[in-house]
Amino acid sequence: MEEPPVFRSEESKALGTESEAETIRRILAGERSLFHDLIRPCERPIYLLLVSLLKNEAEAEDAAQETSIKAYLNLRNFRGDSQFRTWVLSIARNEGLGRLRKLGARREDSLDAGADEQTGDFTPAILTSWREVPADALERKELGALLRKAVNGLPEIYRNVVLLRDIEEMDVKETAVALGISEGAVKVRLHRARALLQKSLAPQLGAFAPKRKGWFGGRT
Amino acid sequence: MRIDCQHVWSYISAYIDSEVAAELRAEIDRHLETCEICAAVLDSTRNVVVLIADDRVFELPAGFTQRLHDRLARELELAGP
Repeated sequence: MEEPPVFRSEESKALGTESEAETIRRILAGERSLFHDLIRPCERPIYLLLVSLLKNEAEAEDAAQETSIKAYLNLRNFRGDSQFRTWVLSIARNEGLGRLRKLGARREDSLDAGADEQTGDFTPAILTSWREVPADALERKELGALLRKAVNGLPEIYRNVVLLRDIEEMDVKETAVALGISEGAVKVRLHRARALLQKSLAPQLGAFAPKRKGWFGGRT
Repeated sequence: MRIDCQHVWSYISAYIDSEVAAELRAEIDRHLETCEICAAVLDSTRNVVVLIADDRVFELPAGFTQRLHDRLARELELAGP
């Protein structure tokens, strides 16, 4: 049953650490337009985190732009003890929470209180066999819609972790720093999120699996 | 050590991420060889994780990148480094 883990390198979507540091050095030395290259790999996680927090696409897009501008204006304060992406996601999170406060919405902190002690129903969907759904099946728009609905339907604290860990493929440490939670909380929340996703999706995904060939070349 | 299905489920996420100790992993593997339910739970969970990570599932809104970089370019003009 030994199979490779599903995760790719934590650096896969970000600039390498050395080129990142060099790019920042050059921006601070006056090559301002290089900031476009620096922020580009961070655009999607910034937006996904903000849309998860704000639940409004237009508001999230505006907040993503503000986040990018704040990152530029504060670039001298980036100390390089984390990846740039982690730092900019912390700015995004603060931007999102600040907007929620202005709107009078509940703060994430209050939602978080005690959340990791909740028991909840994390029993998986019980199946006796599983036929893998290949990525090619995503050509069918309904599958993407089904997956988005399941992720968007997760409680916020679980959704944020899934977005950064499984969708943006960030490592545990980076996710913890970006969300301002412990690494243990990242692991607990990710486990629960995956269990909830398996439970909601597994019974529906069978329809997207390739049909088995029957005895006479037909399909069952 | 003998582990039951619930015990295996509690380690599914860590197992997928290769974060369980070698001894426990071997025990889970032995369980999976004979428990088709846990094998299906593991396979389906892993399949879900792979599918949601596909870039086609969560995409940026059309024109998002252009609008962001247009606004950024204006700000870069106004502000010094």
